[in-house]
Amino acid sequence: MLPSSKHSLSAKTNFRRIWEGIVLTSLMFCATVSVFVTAAIIFVLVSESVVGIGDSLAFFQEVSLWSFLTDTAWAPQYGEGQFGILPLLAGTLWVTGIASVIGLPVGLASAVYLSEYASPKTRGIIKPLLEVLAGIPTVVYGFFALFFVTPLLIKPFAENVLGIEANIFNAMSGGIVVGIMIIPMVTSLSEDVIRAVPRGLREAGYALGSTRFDVSTKIVVPAALSGILASFLLAISRALGETMVVMIAVGAQPKLTWNPFETMCTMTANIASMANGDAGTGSVEYRSIYAVAFTLFIITMGMNIFSQFILNRYREVYH
Amino acid sequence: MNQAGLQYKRRLKRRHLVSRMFAIICIISTWFGLLVVALLLIGLMFKATGIFDITASSQTELRNWLTPHLLTNHMSSHPEKAGMVAGIWGSFWLMVMTGFFSIPLGVGAAVYLEEYSRENLFTKFIRLNIANLAGVPSIVFGILGLTVFARMFSLFHDFPPIGIPVGIGMIKIPIPFGRTLLTGSLTLSLMILPIIIIASQEALRSVPQSIRHASLALGATKWQTIWHQVLPASLPGILTGTILALSRAIGETAPLIVIGAVSFTVYNPGNMEHVSDYLTKPEVLLTVPSSDFTVMPLQIWNWGTKPQPEFQDLASAAIIVLLLVLLCMNGLAVFLRHHYGKRLDW
Repeated sequence: MLPSSKHSLSAKTNFRRIWEGIVLTSLMFCATVSVFVTAAIIFVLVSESVVGIGDSLAFFQEVSLWSFLTDTAWAPQYGEGQFGILPLLAGTLWVTGIASVIGLPVGLASAVYLSEYASPKTRGIIKPLLEVLAGIPTVVYGFFALFFVTPLLIKPFAENVLGIEANIFNAMSGGIVVGIMIIPMVTSLSEDVIRAVPRGLREAGYALGSTRFDVSTKIVVPAALSGILASFLLAISRALGETMVVMIAVGAQPKLTWNPFETMCTMTANIASMANGDAGTGSVEYRSIYAVAFTLFIITMGMNIFSQFILNRYREVYH
Repeated sequence: MNQAGLQYKRRLKRRHLVSRMFAIICIISTWFGLLVVALLLIGLMFKATGIFDITASSQTELRNWLTPHLLTNHMSSHPEKAGMVAGIWGSFWLMVMTGFFSIPLGVGAAVYLEEYSRENLFTKFIRLNIANLAGVPSIVFGILGLTVFARMFSLFHDFPPIGIPVGIGMIKIPIPFGRTLLTGSLTLSLMILPIIIIASQEALRSVPQSIRHASLALGATKWQTIWHQVLPASLPGILTGTILALSRAIGETAPLIVIGAVSFTVYNPGNMEHVSDYLTKPEVLLTVPSSDFTVMPLQIWNWGTKPQPEFQDLASAAIIVLLLVLLCMNGLAVFLRHHYGKRLDW
């Protein structure tokens, strides 16, 4: 009986070894999928905007890069079509700028409050609430802007205080709402790095007679500065890539203007409305969305990589 | 008291005042976002139920739009008859199929990165890549889905659909996929993949090494250890992260606009007319992946951007429904984390 049972054991071991190999290979495949996805994104954007596959022309083979970067109008439907990224870039910068002015300081201040002032009980209430805010779909934020912020806040303010006409679609209300939307993100990311600052540093500050304000602004925030900057960059790149709020509240009219109470168009809203429209496959208009998406991808990717670089390079490591 | 002492006292008073004001500013900042969103939500609720509409002009009549019709009717050009049943089923199937694709891939990737990989250049590259992918705007994923899944680079013309045999028949998949549920779910799967991987990695990391060592010491292989010990122990964490990722997918609109999902349709996925169809006519299920679809956020967008105030109020009601669904999913995630997280306190 003994030899045969020994035999079956070794057969079992062999089967297990093969099974382990199969499992490892398929898990490795899962891990590499994310690399394939990045590669596919870059391939799609490059093949439609820079170098065409086969006999189909890419966007930059029909429209020169120079006119794409310097033309001051985006009007693909008129005549030859003008494809200048500047109006879209300006719209994006307006919305992102307004959002940053609101979202970044408020988010940082609430991160300081949560880690330096709040009792564990208050934290236990506020943190889940912030998670709920972060989970509200962007389309809902868009209608907050269109239904309430524009008619109740922006229009009266522009007409009664500034004495100018505000469009129903304007960059101001979109920017404000995107700013409110990024607060939870800034708060939770900044709070993590602020809490990681060791207790000893704070206690040394208090021992020297500092107030809470002194400890927070002169010790804790500087010590966590790299992480705070990284969270700011991530939040800004989120605002840059935001689509629904700007599409609903800011509109889809590319315009190069200094007046934030006018309707504009951001890169993201332009992509969505062009893809939603009826530009035929293969036309220059259709391919222009790839050029705009490529620009957006380069900007957000650059900011993400830069934020990781700051985190790795300037992180203060405490033991 | 001498001059220096007085001066010191005055300065101390001022410093404490500054400190207190700073605290007040921080408190206001913390509650600012929460209060604003709470106010907007209340306004939306009033608008949807017709209690009070702060922005309505005097001639529009207030009425309750949050009715059972909203859940059972199809879209219509008459706001009183319009409902969002197609969007509810679309969102449901989109979530099921997105989970089907993204959960195995995401958890598999996390298991590889946490349990198998050594710290080398390749692993570092994958980690960096996942972190970057999480920051790519959703609309770029929409473009990826449009080009790779919906159109397949316009390389295929008049290609016969591919049949995949399953127990009760064949699932017919058109090539290229077109604006179908399959395209939508594949696109969203790729979008939420980084979130699932990162959440699963954290859950796996929280399982103590001693569990693995004990299992390996009893002669279990590496995969047996992972399958029978590590994965069950980290399941609550993985589930929580997955539910949060899927709820993000349900609320997503922009990539679906780009791939060309319709915002106005009077058909449920698979042309199902009644829920019982899924039981009495199971072949309906087979056509779900290849059918056109709409989802709740797309319907909300369609209604809310119409000029008539009735449709805007209807959009508010639909937003309430969407938020309730998301609240249930988030509640489930929090419950899982608390309930099972406590029991598995190492």
